[in-house]
Amino acid sequence: MNSYELMVIFTPVLSEEDFKASQKKYADLIAELGGATVHSNPWGLKSLAYPIQKKTTGIYWVLEFQGPSDINEKLKIQMLRDEQIMRHMITRLDKYAVEYNHVKRNGGFAMQDKIEA
Amino acid sequence: MAKNEIKYLTAIKQEKPRKKFCRFKKYGIKYVDYKDIEFLKKFINEQGKLLPRRLSGNSLKYQRKVQDAVKKARQMALLPYVTDLLK
Repeated sequence: MNSYELMVIFTPVLSEEDFKASQKKYADLIAELGGATVHSNPWGLKSLAYPIQKKTTGIYWVLEFQGPSDINEKLKIQMLRDEQIMRHMITRLDKYAVEYNHVKRNGGFAMQDKIEA
Repeated sequence: MAKNEIKYLTAIKQEKPRKKFCRFKKYGIKYVDYKDIEFLKKFINEQGKLLPRRLSGNSLKYQRKVQDAVKKARQMALLPYVTDLLK
């Protein structure tokens, strides 16, 4: 099991329900492929630094998850086929990154459940 | 006038230039987050170009990480590839 972080930019035309449905779809897909969601963080509508597909805004979604190493290829195929997704990126997180994210989420408290988890 | 006194045409620099340091090593930052744009902006110039180590003072290890983070942020349209007046 490795830790990964997925960042997706959806098209801005998506409605709130569609955005939620898409989030659920990919979270379920990850669970189906043997992964586990650690934290999901929808950023919402944000302006892009440069236009993508002639659009100047996008809906961001960041998901931290754990999974086997073959999960990304399968996930990628689904995301490339999805018309609602303008761009996506999966980053592998090292142990410092996991800790950084954990600390950031909990408002500056260090990871204490490290051994238990 | 004393015999041994040396005169210079320009004033000699009295202040020593401040030594640059790697802020990651100094403050114990282990991970450079590509989502933290305000932090990454310290390492790019007004046109959105990466600053060299010569100017930022980063150690090579962390300069590489900064570089990766900036490139990731650019891919995800968090930072522009080219621009003017970023700051």
